[in-house]
Amino acid sequence: MNVAALRRTPLYEQHEELGAKLVPFAGWEMPVLYEGIKEEHSAVRTHAGMFDVSHMGEVEVEGPGAVAFLQLVLSNDVSKIATGGAQYSCICNESGGVVDDVFAYRLGTDRFLIVTNASNHETDLQWLGRWSRDYDVAVRDVADRYAMLAVQGPHARAVLERTLNITLPERFHVLAQSVGRRPALICGTGYTGEDGVEMLIDPEVAIPIFKELRLAGVVPCGLGARDTLRLEVCYPLHGNELTPERNPIEADLGWCCKEATGFLGSPAVAEARAEGTAERLVPFTIEGAGIPRDGNPVLGEEGVQVGVVTSGTFAPSLEKGAGMAYVRSDLAEPGAEVEIDVRGKHRPARIASKPLYAKRS
Amino acid sequence: MAEANYPDDLRYHDQHDWVRLDGDEAAVFGITWYAQDTLGEVVFFEPPEVGTTLTKDQPYAEVESVKAVSDVIAPMSGEVTEVNDALSDSPEQINEDPYGAGWLVKVKLTSPDEHESLLTASEYEKLLDR
Repeated sequence: MNVAALRRTPLYEQHEELGAKLVPFAGWEMPVLYEGIKEEHSAVRTHAGMFDVSHMGEVEVEGPGAVAFLQLVLSNDVSKIATGGAQYSCICNESGGVVDDVFAYRLGTDRFLIVTNASNHETDLQWLGRWSRDYDVAVRDVADRYAMLAVQGPHARAVLERTLNITLPERFHVLAQSVGRRPALICGTGYTGEDGVEMLIDPEVAIPIFKELRLAGVVPCGLGARDTLRLEVCYPLHGNELTPERNPIEADLGWCCKEATGFLGSPAVAEARAEGTAERLVPFTIEGAGIPRDGNPVLGEEGVQVGVVTSGTFAPSLEKGAGMAYVRSDLAEPGAEVEIDVRGKHRPARIASKPLYAKRS
Repeated sequence: MAEANYPDDLRYHDQHDWVRLDGDEAAVFGITWYAQDTLGEVVFFEPPEVGTTLTKDQPYAEVESVKAVSDVIAPMSGEVTEVNDALSDSPEQINEDPYGAGWLVKVKLTSPDEHESLLTASEYEKLLDR
Protein backbone atom coordinates (compact mmCIF):
# COMPACT_ATOMS: atom_id res chain seq x y z
CA MET A 1 0.00 0.00 0.00
CA ASN A 2 1.16 3.50 -0.78
CA VAL A 3 2.29 5.03 2.49
CA ALA A 4 1.05 8.46 1.41
CA ALA A 5 -2.48 7.06 1.24
CA LEU A 6 -2.48 5.95 4.89
CA ARG A 7 -4.64 7.89 7.31
CA ARG A 8 -3.25 9.31 10.53
CA THR A 9 -5.01 9.64 13.86
CA PRO A 10 -5.10 12.89 15.87
CA LEU A 11 -2.31 11.35 17.99
CA TYR A 12 0.07 10.68 15.11
CA GLU A 13 2.56 13.42 16.01
CA GLN A 14 2.60 12.20 19.58
CA HIS A 15 3.50 8.68 18.42
CA GLU A 16 6.32 10.04 16.27
CA GLU A 17 7.60 12.13 19.14
CA LEU A 18 7.72 9.04 21.36
CA GLY A 19 9.63 7.11 18.69
CA ALA A 20 6.89 4.56 18.10
CA LYS A 21 7.34 1.99 15.39
CA LEU A 22 4.56 2.87 12.95
CA VAL A 23 3.03 0.32 10.59
CA PRO A 24 0.14 0.26 8.12
CA PHE A 25 -2.97 -1.24 9.68
CA ALA A 26 -6.42 -1.28 8.04
CA GLY A 27 -5.50 1.78 5.97
CA TRP A 28 -4.07 3.70 8.93
CA GLU A 29 -0.54 4.43 10.03
CA MET A 30 -0.58 3.06 13.58
CA PRO A 31 1.94 2.47 16.37
CA VAL A 32 2.70 -1.24 16.69
CA LEU A 33 5.00 -0.60 19.65
CA TYR A 34 6.81 2.19 21.49
CA GLU A 35 9.39 0.47 23.71
CA GLY A 36 8.55 -3.21 23.33
CA ILE A 37 5.52 -5.46 23.08
CA LYS A 38 6.33 -7.53 26.18
CA GLU A 39 6.88 -4.47 28.32
CA GLU A 40 3.67 -2.82 27.14
CA HIS A 41 1.73 -6.05 27.55
CA SER A 42 3.00 -6.36 31.09
CA ALA A 43 2.12 -2.72 31.88
CA VAL A 44 -1.52 -3.45 31.05
CA ARG A 45 -1.60 -6.69 33.06
CA THR A 46 -0.03 -5.13 36.16
CA HIS A 47 -0.61 -1.36 36.05
CA ALA A 48 -2.17 0.76 33.29
CA GLY A 49 -1.57 1.19 29.59
CA MET A 50 -3.19 3.31 26.90
CA PHE A 51 -3.84 2.58 23.26
CA ASP A 52 -4.65 5.02 20.49
CA VAL A 53 -7.57 3.23 18.83
CA SER A 54 -8.80 6.27 16.93
CA HIS A 55 -8.72 4.19 13.76
CA MET A 56 -11.86 2.44 14.96
CA GLY A 57 -15.07 3.77 13.43
CA GLU A 58 -18.18 5.22 15.01
CA VAL A 59 -21.65 5.19 13.51
CA GLU A 60 -24.57 7.00 15.07
CA VAL A 61 -28.03 5.49 14.64
CA GLU A 62 -30.86 7.79 15.64
CA GLY A 63 -34.62 7.94 15.17
CA PRO A 64 -37.91 6.41 16.30
CA GLY A 65 -37.05 3.26 14.34
CA ALA A 66 -33.58 2.84 15.88
CA VAL A 67 -34.36 -0.16 18.08
CA ALA A 68 -36.32 -2.00 15.39
CA PHE A 69 -33.58 -1.32 12.84
CA LEU A 70 -30.78 -2.45 15.14
CA GLN A 71 -32.71 -5.61 15.98
CA LEU A 72 -32.50 -6.37 12.25
CA VAL A 73 -28.79 -5.70 11.76
CA LEU A 74 -27.30 -6.67 15.14
CA SER A 75 -27.29 -10.25 16.42
CA ASN A 76 -27.86 -9.42 20.09
CA ASP A 77 -31.13 -8.28 21.68
CA VAL A 78 -30.79 -4.51 21.47
CA SER A 79 -34.02 -3.99 23.45
CA LYS A 80 -32.14 -5.28 26.50
CA ILE A 81 -29.73 -2.32 26.50
CA ALA A 82 -30.88 0.38 28.90
CA THR A 83 -29.91 3.98 28.18
CA GLY A 84 -26.28 4.25 29.23
CA GLY A 85 -25.70 0.57 28.54
CA ALA A 86 -23.36 -1.24 26.18
CA GLN A 87 -23.64 -4.54 24.36
CA TYR A 88 -21.46 -6.67 22.09
CA SER A 89 -22.97 -7.92 18.83
CA CYS A 90 -22.21 -9.37 15.46
CA ILE A 91 -23.43 -7.84 12.23
CA CYS A 92 -24.38 -10.90 10.18
CA ASN A 93 -25.04 -11.29 6.48
CA GLU A 94 -28.05 -13.27 5.21
CA SER A 95 -26.03 -16.51 5.36
CA GLY A 96 -25.18 -15.87 9.00
CA GLY A 97 -21.55 -14.92 8.21
CA VAL A 98 -19.97 -12.22 10.32
CA VAL A 99 -19.71 -8.87 8.47
CA ASP A 100 -18.26 -7.23 11.59
CA ASP A 101 -18.31 -7.46 15.36
CA VAL A 102 -19.24 -4.25 17.15
CA PHE A 103 -20.13 -2.63 20.43
CA ALA A 104 -23.47 -0.83 20.59
CA TYR A 105 -23.84 1.94 23.19
CA ARG A 106 -27.29 3.29 23.97
CA LEU A 107 -27.01 7.04 24.35
CA GLY A 108 -30.76 7.73 24.54
CA THR A 109 -34.13 6.11 23.93
CA ASP A 110 -33.74 6.39 20.16
CA ARG A 111 -30.03 7.05 19.86
CA PHE A 112 -27.19 4.54 19.65
CA LEU A 113 -23.49 4.66 18.88
CA ILE A 114 -21.96 1.66 17.09
CA VAL A 115 -18.20 1.25 17.32
CA THR A 116 -16.84 -0.60 14.29
CA ASN A 117 -13.54 -2.18 13.32
CA ALA A 118 -11.38 0.16 11.22
CA SER A 119 -11.05 -2.38 8.42
CA ASN A 120 -14.84 -2.78 8.19
CA HIS A 121 -16.05 0.75 8.84
CA GLU A 122 -16.90 1.56 5.20
CA THR A 123 -18.49 -1.87 4.64
CA ASP A 124 -20.56 -1.45 7.80
CA LEU A 125 -21.72 2.02 6.74
CA GLN A 126 -22.89 0.71 3.38
CA TRP A 127 -24.50 -2.31 4.99
CA LEU A 128 -26.32 -0.29 7.66
CA GLY A 129 -27.33 2.34 5.08
CA ARG A 130 -28.76 -0.28 2.76
CA TRP A 131 -30.85 -2.03 5.43
CA SER A 132 -32.03 1.19 7.09
CA ARG A 133 -34.14 2.29 4.13
CA ASP A 134 -37.37 0.82 5.46
CA TYR A 135 -36.86 2.24 8.95
CA ASP A 136 -37.46 5.68 10.41
CA VAL A 137 -33.84 6.13 11.34
CA ALA A 138 -30.75 8.12 10.39
CA VAL A 139 -27.40 6.37 10.03
CA ARG A 140 -24.46 8.78 10.32
CA ASP A 141 -20.75 8.29 9.99
CA VAL A 142 -19.36 10.14 13.01
CA ALA A 143 -15.86 8.61 12.97
CA ASP A 144 -14.19 12.00 12.47
CA ARG A 145 -15.89 13.39 15.53
CA TYR A 146 -13.83 11.31 17.96
CA ALA A 147 -10.37 10.31 18.94
CA MET A 148 -10.52 7.01 20.81
CA LEU A 149 -8.18 6.19 23.66
CA ALA A 150 -8.39 2.86 25.47
CA VAL A 151 -6.99 3.03 29.00
CA GLN A 152 -6.66 -0.47 30.42
CA GLY A 153 -5.18 -2.25 33.40
CA PRO A 154 -5.83 -2.86 37.10
CA HIS A 155 -4.88 0.74 37.99
CA ALA A 156 -6.49 2.38 34.94
CA ARG A 157 -9.63 3.57 36.71
CA ALA A 158 -7.81 5.02 39.69
CA VAL A 159 -5.36 6.93 37.50
CA LEU A 160 -8.14 8.29 35.28
CA GLU A 161 -10.29 9.44 38.19
CA ARG A 162 -7.36 11.15 39.82
CA THR A 163 -5.88 12.70 36.68
CA LEU A 164 -8.93 13.74 34.69
CA ASN A 165 -11.29 14.21 37.62
CA ILE A 166 -14.12 12.36 35.88
CA THR A 167 -16.74 9.83 36.90
CA LEU A 168 -16.24 6.47 35.26
CA PRO A 169 -18.98 4.13 34.05
CA GLU A 170 -19.39 0.62 35.36
CA ARG A 171 -18.38 -2.23 33.09
CA PHE A 172 -20.56 -2.37 29.94
CA HIS A 173 -21.94 1.09 30.53
CA VAL A 174 -21.29 4.46 28.92
CA LEU A 175 -21.22 7.90 30.56
CA ALA A 176 -21.11 11.35 28.98
CA GLN A 177 -18.35 13.34 30.69
CA SER A 178 -16.17 16.33 30.03
CA VAL A 179 -12.57 15.54 29.10
CA GLY A 180 -10.24 18.43 28.36
CA ARG A 181 -13.29 20.68 28.78
CA ARG A 182 -14.89 19.07 25.74
CA PRO A 183 -17.78 16.60 25.63
CA ALA A 184 -16.62 12.97 25.72
CA LEU A 185 -18.09 9.51 26.04
CA ILE A 186 -16.49 7.15 28.52
CA CYS A 187 -17.20 3.49 27.82
CA GLY A 188 -16.65 0.71 30.34
CA THR A 189 -15.30 -1.66 27.72
CA GLY A 190 -11.98 -2.93 26.45
CA TYR A 191 -10.09 -5.54 24.48
CA THR A 192 -7.46 -6.67 26.96
CA GLY A 193 -9.16 -8.75 29.64
CA GLU A 194 -8.28 -6.10 32.21
CA ASP A 195 -10.47 -3.49 33.84
CA GLY A 196 -10.52 -0.08 32.22
CA VAL A 197 -12.35 2.18 29.81
CA GLU A 198 -12.40 3.30 26.23
CA MET A 199 -12.74 7.06 25.88
CA LEU A 200 -14.24 8.80 22.87
CA ILE A 201 -12.81 12.30 23.12
CA ASP A 202 -12.57 15.45 21.03
CA PRO A 203 -9.67 15.06 18.56
CA GLU A 204 -8.52 18.58 19.49
CA VAL A 205 -7.67 17.53 23.04
CA ALA A 206 -6.31 14.07 22.23
CA ILE A 207 -2.63 15.04 22.47
CA PRO A 208 -2.84 16.99 25.75
CA ILE A 209 -4.91 14.23 27.37
CA PHE A 210 -2.48 11.57 26.17
CA LYS A 211 0.43 13.59 27.57
CA GLU A 212 -1.32 14.13 30.88
CA LEU A 213 -2.03 10.43 31.29
CA ARG A 214 1.54 9.58 30.35
CA LEU A 215 2.83 11.94 33.03
CA ALA A 216 0.52 10.17 35.47
CA GLY A 217 2.28 6.90 34.68
CA VAL A 218 0.00 5.37 32.06
CA VAL A 219 2.20 3.48 29.60
CA PRO A 220 1.67 4.10 25.86
CA CYS A 221 0.98 0.74 24.21
CA GLY A 222 0.88 -0.22 20.55
CA LEU A 223 -1.25 -2.56 18.50
CA GLY A 224 1.29 -5.33 19.09
CA ALA A 225 0.46 -5.53 22.80
CA ARG A 226 -3.22 -5.02 22.03
CA ASP A 227 -3.07 -8.18 19.93
CA THR A 228 -1.22 -10.32 22.50
CA LEU A 229 -3.52 -9.10 25.29
CA ARG A 230 -6.72 -9.87 23.40
CA LEU A 231 -5.43 -13.23 22.25
CA GLU A 232 -4.61 -14.35 25.80
CA VAL A 233 -8.21 -13.73 26.80
CA CYS A 234 -9.52 -15.21 23.52
CA TYR A 235 -11.30 -12.17 22.14
CA PRO A 236 -11.79 -12.71 18.42
CA LEU A 237 -10.40 -10.34 15.79
CA HIS A 238 -12.42 -9.69 12.66
CA GLY A 239 -10.41 -10.72 9.62
CA ASN A 240 -8.74 -13.50 11.60
CA GLU A 241 -11.27 -15.41 13.73
CA LEU A 242 -14.34 -13.72 12.27
CA THR A 243 -15.10 -13.51 8.56
CA PRO A 244 -18.19 -13.22 6.35
CA GLU A 245 -17.74 -16.94 5.61
CA ARG A 246 -17.90 -18.06 9.25
CA ASN A 247 -21.00 -17.87 11.45
CA PRO A 248 -20.98 -16.79 15.10
CA ILE A 249 -21.82 -20.28 16.32
CA GLU A 250 -18.59 -21.83 15.02
CA ALA A 251 -16.76 -18.74 16.36
CA ASP A 252 -18.18 -19.53 19.83
CA LEU A 253 -20.17 -16.29 19.82
CA GLY A 254 -23.57 -17.95 20.15
CA TRP A 255 -23.99 -16.07 23.44
CA CYS A 256 -24.35 -12.74 21.59
CA CYS A 257 -26.89 -14.08 19.08
CA LYS A 258 -30.59 -13.91 19.98
CA GLU A 259 -32.32 -15.52 17.02
CA ALA A 260 -35.75 -14.71 18.47
CA THR A 261 -35.21 -11.08 17.46
CA GLY A 262 -35.22 -12.15 13.81
CA PHE A 263 -31.93 -10.45 12.92
CA LEU A 264 -30.50 -10.78 9.42
CA GLY A 265 -28.93 -14.22 9.14
CA SER A 266 -30.78 -15.54 12.20
CA PRO A 267 -32.26 -18.57 10.35
CA ALA A 268 -28.75 -19.67 9.35
CA VAL A 269 -27.45 -19.03 12.88
CA ALA A 270 -30.37 -20.98 14.38
CA GLU A 271 -29.62 -23.89 12.07
CA ALA A 272 -25.91 -23.86 12.96
CA ARG A 273 -26.82 -23.78 16.65
CA ALA A 274 -29.28 -26.67 16.33
CA GLU A 275 -27.22 -28.91 14.08
CA GLY A 276 -23.72 -28.03 15.17
CA THR A 277 -20.91 -26.89 12.92
CA ALA A 278 -18.15 -28.84 11.19
CA GLU A 279 -15.46 -26.78 12.92
CA ARG A 280 -15.23 -24.73 16.08
CA LEU A 281 -12.98 -21.91 17.18
CA VAL A 282 -10.82 -22.96 20.12
CA PRO A 283 -7.81 -21.57 21.94
CA PHE A 284 -4.67 -23.66 22.20
CA THR A 285 -1.20 -23.52 23.69
CA ILE A 286 2.02 -24.95 22.32
CA GLU A 287 3.52 -27.57 24.61
CA GLY A 288 7.23 -26.78 24.39
CA ALA A 289 9.08 -24.74 21.79
CA GLY A 290 7.56 -22.95 18.83
CA ILE A 291 5.38 -19.98 18.06
CA PRO A 292 2.25 -20.55 15.99
CA ARG A 293 1.25 -18.03 13.32
CA ASP A 294 -2.01 -17.53 11.49
CA GLY A 295 -2.44 -19.89 8.56
CA ASN A 296 -0.50 -22.74 10.22
CA PRO A 297 -2.28 -26.09 9.69
CA VAL A 298 -3.59 -27.93 12.78
CA LEU A 299 -2.79 -31.63 12.55
CA GLY A 300 -4.53 -34.58 14.17
CA GLU A 301 -3.56 -38.25 14.29
CA GLU A 302 -1.14 -39.39 11.59
CA GLY A 303 -0.57 -35.80 10.53
CA VAL A 304 -4.01 -35.35 8.97
CA GLN A 305 -5.04 -31.70 8.83
CA VAL A 306 -7.95 -31.05 11.18
CA GLY A 307 -7.96 -27.28 11.31
CA VAL A 308 -6.17 -24.00 10.77
CA VAL A 309 -4.68 -21.35 13.07
CA THR A 310 -6.43 -17.97 12.81
CA SER A 311 -4.18 -16.05 15.24
CA GLY A 312 -0.93 -17.12 16.83
CA THR A 313 1.73 -15.39 18.85
CA PHE A 314 4.14 -15.67 21.71
CA ALA A 315 1.85 -15.03 24.69
CA PRO A 316 3.84 -12.88 27.13
CA SER A 317 1.76 -13.69 30.25
CA LEU A 318 1.84 -17.43 29.50
CA GLU A 319 5.46 -17.33 28.32
CA LYS A 320 4.75 -19.70 25.46
CA GLY A 321 3.28 -19.93 22.02
CA ALA A 322 -0.52 -19.75 21.94
CA GLY A 323 -3.33 -18.95 19.60
CA MET A 324 -6.77 -19.66 18.30
CA ALA A 325 -7.75 -22.09 15.58
CA TYR A 326 -10.74 -23.51 13.80
CA VAL A 327 -10.62 -27.22 14.56
CA ARG A 328 -12.86 -30.12 13.48
CA SER A 329 -15.65 -30.14 16.06
CA ASP A 330 -15.07 -33.71 17.28
CA LEU A 331 -11.51 -32.73 18.26
CA ALA A 332 -12.29 -29.24 19.54
CA GLU A 333 -12.41 -30.17 23.22
CA PRO A 334 -10.23 -28.75 25.99
CA GLY A 335 -7.33 -31.09 26.68
CA ALA A 336 -7.27 -32.61 23.20
CA GLU A 337 -3.75 -33.06 21.85
CA VAL A 338 -2.96 -31.85 18.36
CA GLU A 339 0.07 -30.62 16.47
CA ILE A 340 0.60 -27.28 14.81
CA ASP A 341 2.56 -27.30 11.58
CA VAL A 342 4.81 -24.28 12.09
CA ARG A 343 6.67 -23.88 8.79
CA GLY A 344 7.17 -27.61 8.46
CA LYS A 345 7.93 -28.35 12.12
CA HIS A 346 5.21 -30.23 13.96
CA ARG A 347 4.79 -28.59 17.36
CA PRO A 348 2.78 -30.46 20.01
CA ALA A 349 -0.16 -28.37 21.21
CA ARG A 350 -3.13 -28.74 23.47
CA ILE A 351 -6.64 -27.40 22.99
CA ALA A 352 -7.48 -25.20 25.98
CA SER A 353 -10.55 -23.57 27.42
CA LYS A 354 -11.26 -19.84 27.40
CA PRO A 355 -9.64 -17.68 28.55
CA LEU A 356 -5.99 -18.72 28.21
CA TYR A 357 -5.11 -16.05 30.77
CA ALA A 358 -7.35 -15.27 33.72
CA LYS A 359 -7.12 -11.87 35.36
CA ARG A 360 -5.62 -11.83 38.83
CA SER A 361 -8.28 -10.70 41.24
CA MET B 1 21.77 -2.14 23.62
CA ALA B 2 19.77 0.97 22.79
CA GLU B 3 22.06 2.63 20.26
CA ALA B 4 23.10 1.35 16.85
CA ASN B 5 26.55 -0.18 17.07
CA TYR B 6 28.74 -2.01 14.52
CA PRO B 7 32.09 -3.07 15.97
CA ASP B 8 35.09 -2.59 13.68
CA ASP B 9 36.59 -6.00 14.46
CA LEU B 10 33.67 -7.85 12.86
CA ARG B 11 32.72 -8.47 9.24
CA TYR B 12 29.13 -8.21 8.03
CA HIS B 13 26.81 -9.92 5.57
CA ASP B 14 24.26 -7.75 3.78
CA GLN B 15 21.47 -9.90 5.26
CA HIS B 16 22.39 -8.43 8.65
CA ASP B 17 24.68 -11.07 10.12
CA TRP B 18 28.10 -10.65 11.64
CA VAL B 19 31.18 -12.88 11.70
CA ARG B 20 33.97 -12.89 14.27
CA LEU B 21 36.96 -14.97 13.16
CA ASP B 22 38.48 -17.25 15.75
CA GLY B 23 41.80 -18.31 14.20
CA ASP B 24 41.98 -19.17 10.49
CA GLU B 25 39.25 -21.76 10.20
CA ALA B 26 36.70 -21.04 12.90
CA ALA B 27 34.21 -18.25 13.45
CA VAL B 28 31.30 -17.07 15.53
CA PHE B 29 28.06 -15.88 13.85
CA GLY B 30 25.31 -13.62 15.07
CA ILE B 31 22.81 -11.02 13.89
CA THR B 32 23.50 -7.30 13.80
CA TRP B 33 22.14 -4.49 15.91
CA TYR B 34 19.99 -3.45 12.94
CA ALA B 35 18.54 -6.97 12.58
CA GLN B 36 17.53 -7.28 16.21
CA ASP B 37 16.16 -3.73 16.28
CA THR B 38 14.00 -4.35 13.21
CA LEU B 39 12.72 -7.64 14.60
CA GLY B 40 11.95 -6.35 18.09
CA GLU B 41 12.20 -8.37 21.29
CA VAL B 42 13.38 -11.84 20.41
CA VAL B 43 11.30 -14.47 22.20
CA PHE B 44 12.50 -17.61 20.44
CA PHE B 45 15.66 -18.79 18.74
CA GLU B 46 15.74 -22.16 17.07
CA PRO B 47 19.38 -23.14 16.58
CA PRO B 48 20.58 -25.65 14.02
CA GLU B 49 21.99 -28.91 15.39
CA VAL B 50 25.68 -29.27 15.99
CA GLY B 51 27.17 -30.82 12.85
CA THR B 52 24.78 -29.05 10.48
CA THR B 53 26.43 -27.88 7.27
CA LEU B 54 25.90 -24.21 6.55
CA THR B 55 26.09 -22.74 3.07
CA LYS B 56 26.92 -19.07 2.61
CA ASP B 57 23.81 -16.97 1.83
CA GLN B 58 21.41 -19.77 2.85
CA PRO B 59 19.12 -19.70 5.93
CA TYR B 60 20.30 -21.86 8.83
CA ALA B 61 18.12 -20.81 11.79
CA GLU B 62 15.08 -18.77 12.75
CA VAL B 63 14.67 -15.96 15.23
CA GLU B 64 11.21 -14.90 16.31
CA SER B 65 9.86 -11.84 18.02
CA VAL B 66 6.34 -11.58 19.43
CA LYS B 67 5.03 -10.46 16.04
CA ALA B 68 7.35 -11.88 13.43
CA VAL B 69 9.69 -14.67 12.39
CA SER B 70 12.90 -14.10 10.47
CA ASP B 71 15.36 -16.44 8.79
CA VAL B 72 19.00 -16.15 9.80
CA ILE B 73 21.31 -16.28 6.78
CA ALA B 74 24.74 -17.93 6.93
CA PRO B 75 27.37 -15.28 6.25
CA MET B 76 29.98 -17.97 5.45
CA SER B 77 29.99 -21.72 4.77
CA GLY B 78 30.96 -24.28 7.37
CA GLU B 79 29.89 -26.82 9.95
CA VAL B 80 28.25 -25.93 13.24
CA THR B 81 30.48 -26.91 16.16
CA GLU B 82 28.55 -25.26 18.98
CA VAL B 83 25.24 -23.45 19.46
CA ASN B 84 24.45 -20.86 22.09
CA ASP B 85 22.26 -22.96 24.38
CA ALA B 86 21.75 -20.08 26.81
CA LEU B 87 19.47 -18.46 24.25
CA SER B 88 16.77 -21.07 24.75
CA ASP B 89 16.16 -19.65 28.23
CA SER B 90 17.06 -16.04 27.51
CA PRO B 91 16.65 -15.24 23.82
CA GLU B 92 16.47 -11.54 24.79
CA GLN B 93 20.29 -11.69 24.95
CA ILE B 94 20.12 -11.30 21.17
CA ASN B 95 18.63 -7.84 21.73
CA GLU B 96 20.63 -6.89 24.78
CA ASP B 97 24.06 -7.97 23.60
CA PRO B 98 23.93 -8.95 19.92
CA TYR B 99 27.73 -9.12 19.52
CA GLY B 100 28.44 -10.76 22.88
CA ALA B 101 26.13 -12.99 24.90
CA GLY B 102 23.68 -12.97 21.98
CA TRP B 103 25.98 -14.90 19.62
CA LEU B 104 24.18 -17.69 17.75
CA VAL B 105 26.59 -20.41 16.55
CA LYS B 106 30.26 -21.33 16.34
CA VAL B 107 31.35 -22.72 13.00
CA LYS B 108 34.29 -24.60 11.50
CA LEU B 109 34.74 -22.80 8.21
CA THR B 110 34.95 -24.76 4.97
CA SER B 111 35.78 -21.75 2.77
CA PRO B 112 37.68 -19.25 4.92
CA ASP B 113 38.28 -17.14 1.78
CA GLU B 114 34.64 -16.11 1.88
CA HIS B 115 35.63 -13.75 4.67
CA GLU B 116 37.11 -11.39 2.09
CA SER B 117 33.71 -10.96 0.42
CA LEU B 118 32.05 -9.71 3.60
CA LEU B 119 31.51 -6.05 4.42
CA THR B 120 33.54 -4.01 6.86
CA ALA B 121 31.67 -2.14 9.59
CA SER B 122 31.79 1.13 7.65
CA GLU B 123 30.65 -0.58 4.42
CA TYR B 124 27.76 -2.21 6.28
CA GLU B 125 26.74 1.08 7.86
CA LYS B 126 26.75 2.69 4.42
CA LEU B 127 24.44 -0.06 3.21
CA LEU B 128 22.04 0.69 6.06
CA ASP B 129 22.07 4.39 5.27
CA ARG B 130 20.97 3.86 1.69
